[in-house]
Amino acid sequence: MSGAGLSRRRMLGYSGAGLLAGAAAGAGLDRAVSSHGDGRSPGTAIAFHGPHQAGIATPVQDRLHFAAFDVVTDDRARLVRLLRDWTAAAAAMTEGREVGGGATGGVAVAPPDDTGEALGLPPSRLTLTIGFGPTLFEKDGKDRFGIRERRPAALVDLPHFPGDALDPDRSGGDIAVQACADDPQVAVHAVRNLARIGFGVVAVRWSQLGFGKTSSTTPDTQTPRNLFGFKDGTENIAGTDAALLERHVWSAAADGADWMAGGSYLVARRIRMHIETWDRTSLQEQEDIFGRDKREGAPAGLSRERDTPVLGRMKPDAHVRLARPETNGGARILRRGYSFTDGTDGLGRLEAGLFFIAFQRDPRKGFVPIQRSLAADALNEYIQHVGSGVYACPPGVRGPGDHWGRTLFA
Amino acid sequence: MRIPSHSLALTGAAALSMSLLAACGGDDGEPAAGAATITAGDDKCEVGKKDYTAGVNQFTVTNTGSKVTEVYVYAPGDKIVTERENIGPGTRVSLVVQLSAGKYQIACKPGMVGDGIRQDIAVTGVAQKGVDPRVEKALTEYKAYVIEQTNATIAETERFAGAFKAGDVGRAKELYASSRIGWERIEPVAESFGDLDPRVDAREADLRPGEKWTGWHRLEKALWKTGSTKGEERYADQLLKDLGELKTKVNAVRLDPPITQTSMTNGAKELLDEVATGKVTGEEEAFSHTDLVDFRANVDGAFKVYELLRAVVQERDAALAKDLDEGFTKVQDALKKHEKGDGYVSYDTVGKADRKVLADAVNALGEPLSKLAGAVAK
Repeated sequence: MSGAGLSRRRMLGYSGAGLLAGAAAGAGLDRAVSSHGDGRSPGTAIAFHGPHQAGIATPVQDRLHFAAFDVVTDDRARLVRLLRDWTAAAAAMTEGREVGGGATGGVAVAPPDDTGEALGLPPSRLTLTIGFGPTLFEKDGKDRFGIRERRPAALVDLPHFPGDALDPDRSGGDIAVQACADDPQVAVHAVRNLARIGFGVVAVRWSQLGFGKTSSTTPDTQTPRNLFGFKDGTENIAGTDAALLERHVWSAAADGADWMAGGSYLVARRIRMHIETWDRTSLQEQEDIFGRDKREGAPAGLSRERDTPVLGRMKPDAHVRLARPETNGGARILRRGYSFTDGTDGLGRLEAGLFFIAFQRDPRKGFVPIQRSLAADALNEYIQHVGSGVYACPPGVRGPGDHWGRTLFA
Repeated sequence: MRIPSHSLALTGAAALSMSLLAACGGDDGEPAAGAATITAGDDKCEVGKKDYTAGVNQFTVTNTGSKVTEVYVYAPGDKIVTERENIGPGTRVSLVVQLSAGKYQIACKPGMVGDGIRQDIAVTGVAQKGVDPRVEKALTEYKAYVIEQTNATIAETERFAGAFKAGDVGRAKELYASSRIGWERIEPVAESFGDLDPRVDAREADLRPGEKWTGWHRLEKALWKTGSTKGEERYADQLLKDLGELKTKVNAVRLDPPITQTSMTNGAKELLDEVATGKVTGEEEAFSHTDLVDFRANVDGAFKVYELLRAVVQERDAALAKDLDEGFTKVQDALKKHEKGDGYVSYDTVGKADRKVLADAVNALGEPLSKLAGAVAK
């Protein structure tokens, strides 16, 4: 542990260290991390352990690396062993520590356990959130891991929505990991090390980098903008609103799958934006399409961003109008999406868009009705859904003896 | 693309190793002499002694309970040192593990769930660091293998060069891939001899400005791209001359550089690297598309190293041995799908999805194989 002993956090004089001075180290570490309840200051660590997984209600970080894996073994014990190994690595990395025996200091003739590119970087509010896709429960009619009966009814196969042009190579996956951090290198390091630990058990199916958050779960901060230049997620569920989270985000034992109590369902959509045609659209039309003004983000006909929208003042096909809870029987989701740009598409156009991520208690009452409603969205002329995934994110890891997926594989 | 008859029967060898593993486990056997006991019941985990000496330690695990159990040895932070799953009620298995000084936990997991019942143990002292005679023996056998493969590749290349120089393009194409098999199996050794590798095996795209292109791939281009051997005959002669130089070098009493424990074990990993960066992508055989023959030969060469050291790996890191057994089997299975006659299909007919399956299998083997050198050096 010589390499790992010197954590990135300590090297940088992590702010928690001051709190620890004089206190019993080691045992106090987790509590010190947890005490950063708001988790806002860049560089700090977000507590990994808790009743819910971090990375859902956590204030949205600046960067994303999302990866979907296929499980390539039928050996249940091997899969569970990987989930344990992953949990240990995730707990270490979110605290800013190195994986396993560290990036240096091991046997000289062997490759180091940690790949090392995050050395010297602070924890950067890294969160790692795992989700299990429908195919983990049953693939091609096969119950590979004896968990078919445990598939929650809420983990639906998403229906086809009008306009979908889904690429199977950018969709699905047995397991998904969402890595969010304020430093892109920390997020990439996390996924890279998990993929490395997983070779032989899982293989990366697809992955997506996101460079800018498009939704915030902290209403008192500036609402971020998407690549169309509009504020997005003004009325998102706040990560501090326990009542709304209980009602719309966290799964409960009574919902049908007791192993999911405290978990949530993640819907991911890779939404390509037709940037060039959008940029040729008049300001009036852009604002009509969204139903908000561009600079302030005020709802149509009103003056401040947080004024309560009057739907009657928006066009019938305005994006905000169709997405609002009152249009969709009260359906609400917690959005955590990121903008992406993967170079150009070979035709001289930006390969860019929104990597949409939403958490909800039940996709049948969240994403699905909202997306159905958005079939009439004026914005559809400028976007196309090209990738898709839905995953059951289990409850949080309770402590050092617990691991991701324990409740599912118990 | 014919695989010569002396080609390693990989599947058979893997199966043999598996049965050896079972035998080592000593299932249902008597407790091994000098082994510490672990009595695993439905609600207990008793360890015969708490203090151990660094080095190889052996445990005899007896399941006295009614549930199938498993036993783990954990280093601090629940890092798995070794594990044994599926120990049935009333059965006895042995667990051999290399432990360095430190604190560990033994965990019995009745029903194979949960964190298990834990017992602390302590290991003190420094492991005896003598030369392991088994590693010495493996080195000797590996050197013989290198010579054997060099001779094989020369014999095949003589036939290939004969057809090439006779202008028989069709026959030369048939003999091209198999002439490379011996070379591909021992490539890391060949690469250690200065500029021999680029002279024999350089790809056109990798040449530096002004560098003269010789070797197999030049002949490959003549056969598949130009469709004529005219004017290229001397490169066939040059290839044989260069391979003769390889033969001299590998037969030297004192190899320079020598084949060592580390170069041999890292060589296995390097062979998988070759597959991952050159063969899976189809860059190695840009004209002939015989990449899968090279792929197989690289895997054969890596497996040879592992096979020679398998008993040592099993003793020092049983989990790694299991991963490697599985990894080799999976790569072999993935390749099997593309067999055609005595060889393999042309790689340009292998689609993206199949290439992903091959790449995943190579990654799944390459990662544990990168730990071979460290495990043997422990």
